[in-house]
Amino acid sequence: MNERLFSGTFAIFCFILRRDRLRAPLWLFALTATSLAVALSFVDLYASAEERQAVAQTMVNPATTALIGQGHGLDDYTYGAMLAHQMLGMTALTAGVMSILLVIRHTRAQEEDGQLELLGALPVGRLAVPGAALLYVSGLNILIALFTGAGLTVLQLESITAGSSFLYGAAIGTAGIFFAALTLFVSQAAESSRGALGLSVTGLVAFYGLRAVGDTVNETFLYATPFGWLQEMQVYVEDHALYLFLPVAAAVIFAFSALQLHRRRDAGAGMLPARAGRRDGGRFLTSVFSLVFRLQRTSWMFWALGMILLGAVYGSVLSETETFFAEVEIIQVLIAAEGDTALIDQFLAMFMSVLAVAASIPTLLSLLRLKSEEKRGRLEALYTLPVPRLRVYGVYVATGMITSIIMLTAAAAGLWGAAAVTMEESFTFGAVFTAALVFVPALAVMLGLAALILGVSPALSPLIWVYLLYGYIVIYMGELFQFPDGMDYTTPYGYVPEYPAEDVAALPLVGMVTAAVIFAALGAWLYRRRDLD
Amino acid sequence: MLEMKGVKKTFGDFHALSGVDLDVKPGEVFGFIGPNGAGKSTTIRVLLGLMKADAGSAEIFGQDVWRDAVEIHRRIAYVPGDVNLWPNLTGGEVIDLFGRLRGGFSKEKRDELIERFQFDPTKKCRTYSKGNRQKVALIAAFASNADLYILDEPTSGLDPLMEQTFQACVAEARAAGKSVLLSSHILSEVEKLCDRVAIIRAGEVIEQGTLSEMRHLTRTQVTVETATPLTGLAEFSGVYDLTESGAQTSFQVDTEKLSSVMAHLAEFDIMQLNSAPPALEDLFMQHYDTKEGGKTHE
Ligand SMILES: Nc1ncnc2c1ncn2[C@@H]1O[C@H](COP(=O)(O)OP(=O)(O)O)[C@@H](O)[C@H]1O
Ligand SMILES: [Mg+2]
Repeated sequence: MNERLFSGTFAIFCFILRRDRLRAPLWLFALTATSLAVALSFVDLYASAEERQAVAQTMVNPATTALIGQGHGLDDYTYGAMLAHQMLGMTALTAGVMSILLVIRHTRAQEEDGQLELLGALPVGRLAVPGAALLYVSGLNILIALFTGAGLTVLQLESITAGSSFLYGAAIGTAGIFFAALTLFVSQAAESSRGALGLSVTGLVAFYGLRAVGDTVNETFLYATPFGWLQEMQVYVEDHALYLFLPVAAAVIFAFSALQLHRRRDAGAGMLPARAGRRDGGRFLTSVFSLVFRLQRTSWMFWALGMILLGAVYGSVLSETETFFAEVEIIQVLIAAEGDTALIDQFLAMFMSVLAVAASIPTLLSLLRLKSEEKRGRLEALYTLPVPRLRVYGVYVATGMITSIIMLTAAAAGLWGAAAVTMEESFTFGAVFTAALVFVPALAVMLGLAALILGVSPALSPLIWVYLLYGYIVIYMGELFQFPDGMDYTTPYGYVPEYPAEDVAALPLVGMVTAAVIFAALGAWLYRRRDLD
Repeated sequence: MLEMKGVKKTFGDFHALSGVDLDVKPGEVFGFIGPNGAGKSTTIRVLLGLMKADAGSAEIFGQDVWRDAVEIHRRIAYVPGDVNLWPNLTGGEVIDLFGRLRGGFSKEKRDELIERFQFDPTKKCRTYSKGNRQKVALIAAFASNADLYILDEPTSGLDPLMEQTFQACVAEARAAGKSVLLSSHILSEVEKLCDRVAIIRAGEVIEQGTLSEMRHLTRTQVTVETATPLTGLAEFSGVYDLTESGAQTSFQVDTEKLSSVMAHLAEFDIMQLNSAPPALEDLFMQHYDTKEGGKTHE
């Protein structure tokens, strides 16, 4: 790779900085502030060493281990050990999400929107765009590492020392850089930015799942995933800084290979060669619905596969939970104290809520294609045909609903399959399926809200992701950090009956469906009335 | 057929259209010309019901373009300058999809057009150049039995040969009694195809009429050689760019002043006279150069 391939990188880098002058500081703030806020909250929540040890006790069970990792230093659960155990994996995961979104935004998505064609005509090297994107995202991750390290140091908390804090920051930053390089690499194989996003997110989830499997089933898996490497650094406990080289080395390899591949690729095409396709519409492509189905079927397949895998991870965790509780008598006493609902039922319900949040992602993505179709000017073609706006809107909402059912079913199938294989006394498929499908109304509410937002203005659509992230934090982390109970009710997921631990109550489900219908109808009313971009 | 009266559209506090009047009659090809950013596409997007006008009225086939959009769209075909298609569908799939969604689509006509535009429908849209994407929209449009074609700079990506094919298609549509609204900045195209034209600048239609009516507003370039030295020409109103070199004089004259200037020239014994007919190009330039004054376009 010679210099000319990279000429213009700096100019594009500056262009990216201008485009992201708001976005980048927001990510930096969000990722840094979470660790700091949680570290501070520990001091309030657990003042004494005894209290911290008590928390450590509750953390030692396969479910929690699968969710956040086995952790280190649980026998001396200092603030630092707590932070590394409860926050490092999650924050690294979020940094991974950030890196994926930003790399795709500044490479493939830009390519599709045609901005790259403009640049391609200027004296810009073949690798300037991916080079600049990588430079930018890596730089942002390094800033996150430094700010996190410095911020934690400044807090001056007991056991949160400067050296360990910078290692903690570095662990997050290198994870981010790893996923930036991985994204650039896998997106060479994808045909579209959406495909690239699907592949990268699948990779991210798979690596996180691998860590969960490594922590609960077989430790060897820990060495095959960056989340395992981070955990093995044992930040604030042993501080094995040498582990930092693993994600960095992997990132360098991915980045180098990606750039090599990119050099050979035509703008807008994947590495997979294009075959001659149909010369006419065939029998299938006759309506808006068949068009939308045709556009989404590939991503459905990928996401359904991902949901099956994720379900299977939780299914195998469930069996570990079963064995665990059989062995620990004290907890059996606790179960008795809790009433007659088995703890395992509660875990199933809890895992389902996490899977439901995950299933919301493809569901919302499916609907939000209505926005990207509009932004890319493809709706214009439909709306200048005798196609009513409400038909297109309705087809997208319906497709979103179908997606939610497919994804929840896939997750249930994965979970049930893995549980059936590994558990002694497993659930019936009917029970798992019901536990999953009770979430359909909650996903419908999310979908209705997203549809309403699209009716107002497509530019506001990121709001729904903020709300989903909020729901995820409340559902997933709320259990750990003992958020006040009422907070559950600020997200639709909180209204869903915890089947099979609870009975299926009709009222909240009917209420949610009604709310979803009202949101979607209001959105439709607004959508019909607004200008198309 | 198509009637627009006092249509206004603002984006924030920017007046994209400040009172546009258009009137396309059945069976005519109507040219819509103007520089980039003049508001051609915005006008067309209002006509297509993609945007709601802030004021004024717009009707096609006597129906309101916003309220009755779906009804109207059954009988029109639209080709944008920048055609955006689904990257994973082939050109052939898109052409058929458009045809089926509109209805009244002829497979024979489609195959004939694919042939004439030398288009390969088996490739994914992602691999098509701008010109090829335009062909998809053009083939879908001309294979329909629309009564009105709305074409927004439809040839900006086509090579000259394909442009001829396009012009032939427009001529055939007109011969079949259809109407065409053709927005363009390629004046030769408009001159060749259009019965009437409207010129839009900064969101306002500043000129509208048949080409011969418009020529009245233009200047003729005259080069003359006289036996006796030519004098007094500079005093005439309507004479511009006067240059002399030896016995030869050249100048521009407002077409309406042409006869009085000719009478004056005759007094000096004309030896040779050359006059170039006003081209639409001049008309166009004149509007940008003089009427725009010091205001430059970015
Ligand atoms: N959706 C929009 N929002 C804001 N400004 C717009 C929008 N669409 C067009 N404009 C502005 O309106 C003006 C007219 O644009 P357009 O109709 O596309 O011009 P033309 O097609 O004649 O080149 C331009 O200055 C353009 O920037
Ligand atoms: Mg335009």
